Amino acid sequence: MATGIKNKVAIIGMGCTRFGELWDKSAQDLMVDAFKEAIEDGGVDPKDIGAAWFGSCFDEVNVGKGAIPLARALKLPNIPVTRVENFCTTGTEALRGACYAVASGACDVALALGAEKLKDTGYGGLPDFGTMLGTENLFYTPNLTAPGMFGMVANAYFEKYGLSRDEGKRVLSRISYKSHQNGAMNPRAHLRRAPSMDVLINAPIVADPLGLFDCCGVSDGAAAAIVVPADKAKEYRPDPIYIKALQLSLTPATGIGHQSWDGIHFESTRIAGINAYKEAGIEKPREEVNLMEVHDCFSISELLTYESLQISPIGKARYDIEDGFYDLDGQVPCQSDGGLKCFGHPIGATGIRMAYEIYKQLQGKAEPSQRQLQNDPRLGLAHNHGGICGSLVASVAILGNEV
Amino acid sequence: MIGITSYGAYIPRYRLNRKTIFAAMGWFNAATAGVARGEKAVANYDEDSMTMAVAASSDCLNGCSRKDIDGLYLCSTTLPYVERQNAAICSEALAFRSDIRTADFTASLKSGTTALIAALDAVRGDDISNLLVCATDSRQGKPGSAMEHTFGDGAASLIVGKDSVIAEFKGSYSLTRDFPDYRRIQEERFPHSWEERWIRDEGYMKIIPSLIEGLCKKYNLASGDFAKVVISYPGRDLKNVCKRLGFDEGQVQDNMLATVGDTGSALGLMMFVAALEEANPGDTILVCGYGNGGDALLFEVTDEIEKIRDRQGIKGHLAVKKDLDNYNKYLVFRDLLPVEVGIRGEEITMARMSVTSREGQTLAALSGSRCTACGTPQYPKQRICINPECGAIDQMEDYFFFDKNGRINSYTGDNLAFSWDPPAMYGFIDFNEGGRLYLDITDTDLESLKVGMPVRMTFRRKFVDRQRGVYAYFWKAIPIVDTNA
Repeated sequence: MATGIKNKVAIIGMGCTRFGELWDKSAQDLMVDAFKEAIEDGGVDPKDIGAAWFGSCFDEVNVGKGAIPLARALKLPNIPVTRVENFCTTGTEALRGACYAVASGACDVALALGAEKLKDTGYGGLPDFGTMLGTENLFYTPNLTAPGMFGMVANAYFEKYGLSRDEGKRVLSRISYKSHQNGAMNPRAHLRRAPSMDVLINAPIVADPLGLFDCCGVSDGAAAAIVVPADKAKEYRPDPIYIKALQLSLTPATGIGHQSWDGIHFESTRIAGINAYKEAGIEKPREEVNLMEVHDCFSISELLTYESLQISPIGKARYDIEDGFYDLDGQVPCQSDGGLKCFGHPIGATGIRMAYEIYKQLQGKAEPSQRQLQNDPRLGLAHNHGGICGSLVASVAILGNEV
Repeated sequence: MIGITSYGAYIPRYRLNRKTIFAAMGWFNAATAGVARGEKAVANYDEDSMTMAVAASSDCLNGCSRKDIDGLYLCSTTLPYVERQNAAICSEALAFRSDIRTADFTASLKSGTTALIAALDAVRGDDISNLLVCATDSRQGKPGSAMEHTFGDGAASLIVGKDSVIAEFKGSYSLTRDFPDYRRIQEERFPHSWEERWIRDEGYMKIIPSLIEGLCKKYNLASGDFAKVVISYPGRDLKNVCKRLGFDEGQVQDNMLATVGDTGSALGLMMFVAALEEANPGDTILVCGYGNGGDALLFEVTDEIEKIRDRQGIKGHLAVKKDLDNYNKYLVFRDLLPVEVGIRGEEITMARMSVTSREGQTLAALSGSRCTACGTPQYPKQRICINPECGAIDQMEDYFFFDKNGRINSYTGDNLAFSWDPPAMYGFIDFNEGGRLYLDITDTDLESLKVGMPVRMTFRRKFVDRQRGVYAYFWKAIPIVDTNA
């Protein structure tokens, strides 16, 4: 019987660049910046790194293919370096690879680094998906965009729960409002303005019903984590952060071809959450999870994730949102660093960036200090999902500051 | 008995009022004031002569078994491909058998009636029992020209056969004459013409009387013997022309100039379909196709006609329309105005020909599979059943979605995705008999979309890959409009 990796692996060093439209930074710059911060943070000699995992998503149009870009930038000395790509869970997949290597005993020190240089692709928003599901896909799938797919979910959700368009847009804008409030305080965040609710609600429509402020930033950035066996973690630092769970789920495209998916919950997120709570030994997520970084590529994505992760009751997330339950001073602060919404979304780096925020918050070292949570957080959850709505790959990582 | 066994038609939903054209271009050519009356049917940005052919033929095939069709003749002066048989593309989209006879009839406005005679000749033999003839055109007049006003878009389809004939074929008479009224050479988009009165007086007014005279002489008929005369003359003075030919006003079939426009090679068959819609058993109908000569055909309507009154046809399509009140939009739809399409419009993913060939009717006729173990329809074809409760391996049968209706499960109007008519509308369609597809939604506007709205399938142009010479077609969802409402 598998026992999972709870308390077997610890993060002892992390780095994260500023995210944004970093026109003057190359992919190499970003990778080295994140790496440098991580080895300094953990006091790690690069020569001790036994294996590395590199996450980047849109390979041919930005960082490059395979793991060579990472090995080359960091001059990693002939160790196994693997590139992973799994849509928006790419960063967390890199972390999962590194953690599994350490948990298995295959190596003592492993590096996970994610990087994305989206602003050299020439697109506002993500590049077109084209043949993302294979060459046939071009001929039969609509010219989908990410906001379009999540816009569909929003319209279906409004319909199901009887929210008028105005009510629905107000609830969604309240999600973004909270993230902008948090992001405005964070010097590394991509978007640092904190617009009023009226501005958020009345922004131009990107994909009905989602407006500009329902969509996250498309950014350049990199983030890195160095992991070691949990029992060696204190050799590096007094406050290591332990992996409590790392779960992944991918629905077999059921939702895009079979009517069993209702279109208003995220099945892979639900399953990954259940498995992660089990691995971490969490029975009442709403009470036990102290902070979350969820995949708010779009405001509606964050709303449904609250429900699919069993933090808010199904169909009732709006009340928690309106009550400030997820605000910085709420019961379960969410996107304390601004989230994808404001911190930005360089896809390969995003999962590790979430871990970085939770790592800092659990250590009590969030900067500047007014961002530090006052609820004495012990368990934090990072969630990603990506792909096609109806066939999303989802990851849930749970981190804790105690064994 | 041989003759027509079914009919169908298609007129695109958009109508462009000719006053809208004149308001935009009349300054340039004041003489077009004379033709700037009524409206014309305009293909949507995702329509062309191919998609209209599939639409008209689907209307015609209502209630007919597609497996019984032995041939397809596609007639047009505006077929998308110069090399790659257009009839073959159309045949795949209509899910016809592969052991059938297909041909493109093109380059002349009379190609529709010429193909009809060829089809009637074919069913006289033993090899072919049912042959579908479709005439379709979307001719483009240069901005500022009279042709821009007169040309309209549309298609008509007829099945020719031996059983359940609704209009018996009694005979025909043809003329060929190299009369160069309309011309277009390779690589040209816009036809050239010549002085209008010369075309009317030396072309129509000499060729059509000769045709009718030839037919009447051949079959010993007089002008009073026809219940209806279909003369594919696209002028406003059709009634006067017919009067000069010896016909009463009541015999003259309207040419739809004021409502649809001159649909080129499709005009004769569209008028014929309109005549059949109103015809009574025993009526004799004369059909004259014009172009570089012409064809005259004679039909007698039978009792069987009462059995196929459920076509949307000309009448049904005339009733469904949307005013295209923006001349610039018309120019963009027809690719006459270069607009900034941005990187998403410029960067077209390569269309791979081996894929289109391998996927065949999966793409052309929306053919998926149905699990014989649990009955779940699914698209595209799957080897392992998508139903989470089933999962049977390799127990699939072919299953077509093109003739199935569904409902909108969820939708969006996407301003980020490239579209010639933003926002790009798409959504999940849940089919009434099972199965779900991500599909584009067309011929509607975002404001009228609703979760649960009933839709049907329509064959449209999905994208154009000019670098590799590909028009890619696929199916889209279209709201079901009650034509009786």
